[in-house]
Amino acid sequence: MKTNDLIIQTTTKLVFFIIFLFSIHIFFAGHYTPGGGFVGGLLMSSAIVLLLLAFDLKTVKEMLPVNYTVVTAIGLLISIATAAGSIFFNVPFFTHVYDYFNIPLLGKTSIHTAMFFDTGVYLVVVGVTMTIIQMIGGDE
Amino acid sequence: MSLVFAIFLPIIAALLIPLLFKRVSSIHTGWFVLIIPLLLVIFYGTYISTVMDGSTYVDELPWIPSLGISFISYIDGLSLLFSLLITGIGTLVVLYSIFYLDKNKEKLGNFYVYLLMFMSAMLGVVQSDHLISLYFFWELTSISSFLLIGYWYTKDRSRFGALKSMMITVFGGLMMLGGFLILGIIGDTFSIRELIGEATAIAGHDLFVWALVLVLIGAFTKSAQFPFYIWLPDAMEAPTPVSAYLHSATMVKAGLYLVARFTPIFALSEVWVWLVTGIGILTLFWGSFFAVKQTDLKAILAFSTVSQLGLIMSLLGIGSIAYHVTGDLVTTFTFATFAAIFHLMNHATFKGSLFMIAGIIDHETGTRDIRKLGGLMSLMPVSFTIALIGSLSMAGVPPFNGFLSKEMFLDAVLNLQHFDLYAMDSWWILFPIVAWIASVFTFVYSLYFVFYTFRGKYKPEQLPKAAHEAPIGMLVSPGILATLVVIIFFIPNFFGNAFIKPAVAAIQPLAYKVPSDVGFSIKAWHGFDSPALYMTLGVFLVGYLLYMTIPKWRAMYNALPSKVSLNGMYDGIMRLGDSGAHRFSSIYMTGSIRNYFVYMFAAIIVLLGGTMWIKDAFAIRLDALAPIRFFEILISILLIIGTITILFTKSRLTAVIALGAVGYTVALFYIIFKAPDLALTQLVIETVSVALFLGAFYHLPKLNKHEKGKEDRGFRLGNFLIALGVGVMVTLIAISSHSQKLIPSISQYYKDTVYSEAGGGNIVNVILVDYRGFDTLFEISVLTIASLGIIGMITLRLAKKRGARKIENK
Repeated sequence: MKTNDLIIQTTTKLVFFIIFLFSIHIFFAGHYTPGGGFVGGLLMSSAIVLLLLAFDLKTVKEMLPVNYTVVTAIGLLISIATAAGSIFFNVPFFTHVYDYFNIPLLGKTSIHTAMFFDTGVYLVVVGVTMTIIQMIGGDE
Repeated sequence: MSLVFAIFLPIIAALLIPLLFKRVSSIHTGWFVLIIPLLLVIFYGTYISTVMDGSTYVDELPWIPSLGISFISYIDGLSLLFSLLITGIGTLVVLYSIFYLDKNKEKLGNFYVYLLMFMSAMLGVVQSDHLISLYFFWELTSISSFLLIGYWYTKDRSRFGALKSMMITVFGGLMMLGGFLILGIIGDTFSIRELIGEATAIAGHDLFVWALVLVLIGAFTKSAQFPFYIWLPDAMEAPTPVSAYLHSATMVKAGLYLVARFTPIFALSEVWVWLVTGIGILTLFWGSFFAVKQTDLKAILAFSTVSQLGLIMSLLGIGSIAYHVTGDLVTTFTFATFAAIFHLMNHATFKGSLFMIAGIIDHETGTRDIRKLGGLMSLMPVSFTIALIGSLSMAGVPPFNGFLSKEMFLDAVLNLQHFDLYAMDSWWILFPIVAWIASVFTFVYSLYFVFYTFRGKYKPEQLPKAAHEAPIGMLVSPGILATLVVIIFFIPNFFGNAFIKPAVAAIQPLAYKVPSDVGFSIKAWHGFDSPALYMTLGVFLVGYLLYMTIPKWRAMYNALPSKVSLNGMYDGIMRLGDSGAHRFSSIYMTGSIRNYFVYMFAAIIVLLGGTMWIKDAFAIRLDALAPIRFFEILISILLIIGTITILFTKSRLTAVIALGAVGYTVALFYIIFKAPDLALTQLVIETVSVALFLGAFYHLPKLNKHEKGKEDRGFRLGNFLIALGVGVMVTLIAISSHSQKLIPSISQYYKDTVYSEAGGGNIVNVILVDYRGFDTLFEISVLTIASLGIIGMITLRLAKKRGARKIENK
């Protein structure tokens, strides 16, 4: 039952990037305003779900040739590595540090190791959600 | 050789046995085994002369020093006598087994490993001074006895007998452990010698009687006393050397040893005196009475063992009266202890030889059924002679050692008249009467055993094998024992001085400091004024009459014991335990998850409610509450409507939508309670889960059937009450805990440090990734596991079928 989904497909092409950007924003803003890795990840996956709804599983897989299990694994690794990195500096496990750097284009920005940890969370959430949805959606 | 090492020598040697059995197949393994008990009997023999003079020996090997547990080997008169019995009869039994068990047909490796294990265990029991190591060896005897009874494990009866003896003796052993622990706690030491030292202080303790009864249950089960004797006749399925060794001479005497060893501690209690004496006399009578009923040679001997153990037990009980009397009476009653130990030694000699003869008859004729046997006297003259000596000694006929101990027994029972405890008045007379009747039956079954086997008509057509005399090697061991039976009769005082007196001094340390203080001598002739003499004559006369008329009165057993059967009771208990446990668990383990939820929720109500009730923790305080705003009321109403819809809707789709509504309402709550992070997450998660629900429900089979509304979920009062109970309970607990906040919240710290310490502005997120990032780390691990689980379930093609069926069952 393939119908002509022109409107939704066109809209999706536009909206996908808006949601994607919003998700990135919410992720980076998480340390100061509501948001963070978890919600950011969920929003990112909802953007991909939108793709899935507008197109079909096969097309989306061609568009985003990503193995989400690997994404989950990488996310988990980043999180653990961030937490474990502190032990090389002779401080307790999970000690975060932050400082301000002058980064080209962005100017004075704080870089916080918690952000790396949150990146891991983000990736895990994206990976898990997409794995579940693709798995159940792909199941006949 | 240290004493502790001597205990462990057999079990260490046992490690080599399988090797020898496998590699050296030309020589019977028993010959190698024979060295061990022989070595030990010589080793313990060297102690005889010094122990006679009152020396004792101690050797200690720490086991768990931090708990004060060690293997302490303590040698005094009592443990030396038992050690010599164990190793001496052990030697003879091993010798006998060499000829009894065929080296090509039997698994000798197993047999001798078990036997040596048992020997170590038994030596450990009689020499241990520490209660815990005593218990350790005690259970080792149970286990090795279990293995030996079940030696022919392909036979049903063997397995049944092994299991039965295991159940009963381990039951007793555990009771005994309880008694030991109580004793160790109230005495503050686990050393038997130290406990004896503070016996008077211990006797005053409230738990003393419990320790006494529990230890006695252990002793009674092991020594096959009434009503625990039932395992012994079934243990006769063991190979005959085992029956001769374990179930006549050694293991069944472990209980007697225990009673004797603990006499100085427990005899201060009158409960002890009457329990030991009473149960002993009852067992004596019961065993002798039912021995005549048996038709299996070994069963006769088993009941006879039960009966004789009862005799020794009752003598030990009478002997412990010495702790309750003063003056000359002390000697009167310690005489019973003397008689007990003397009979214990005699019994080991004649019963060992009789078992071996029963084994020979079985071996040479192929049957132990006394109805098929007869007329073997001329075919097996040597066996007959030995059997006659053993039987007559068991019956208490001179010139054999059983006569001496039987006379002493009757004397001791008559001595009860001098003792007035619990205002006995003339009730004491019951004891000699019962003892006399038991002696008559003892006489009857002894004659029955020997003459029904060896006299009468030879019935070759009923025998599986043609009867002939046993090989000489098989006759050596019973021959030696039978010789001892006669020797002891003629020089009883030699044995008395060497073995019995040191043992009596150990049991009665208050009365006798050194063995030479024990002033008894054994006389075969007491003179005409001795009442025991006339009682013995009466036993012979009435016993002989009864023996002659056995066929006439034996029919009464067929009417009687089927009703009074302890075996029936045991079987009933086992069956009841088995089927009862099965029935019980099938009542509550229904397999329905509904019922398990009922249990869990009911437990929540009862446990939480009960705790709150007992602690009087219900409290309602309204002063700390915030004012209620309009939006809160509005959203609450939405929430309640959603919830009620879920409960009462008949359509699944409605329920899912209503659940979504509830979820979004909760998100609204988060918003008005100022939790933007939660609200965001809740919104997205709710959306995802509703989508998943819909996806799952779409795939449910026979969706239409339910949609038609034919099947209602129905109303169940029980479910309603439990749901209501849980709801009310949780509400009450929430209100109560809110009403009594005892400590201030930690959140002020987060507010103060979120920027300065953690460099962030969003407290929630900073808590998640920084303050308590550990939780988050494992939560994302949980998510990962969940996704991997779903991959597994779907790709393994199990989830669909099973999941669908289960949901449909609802």
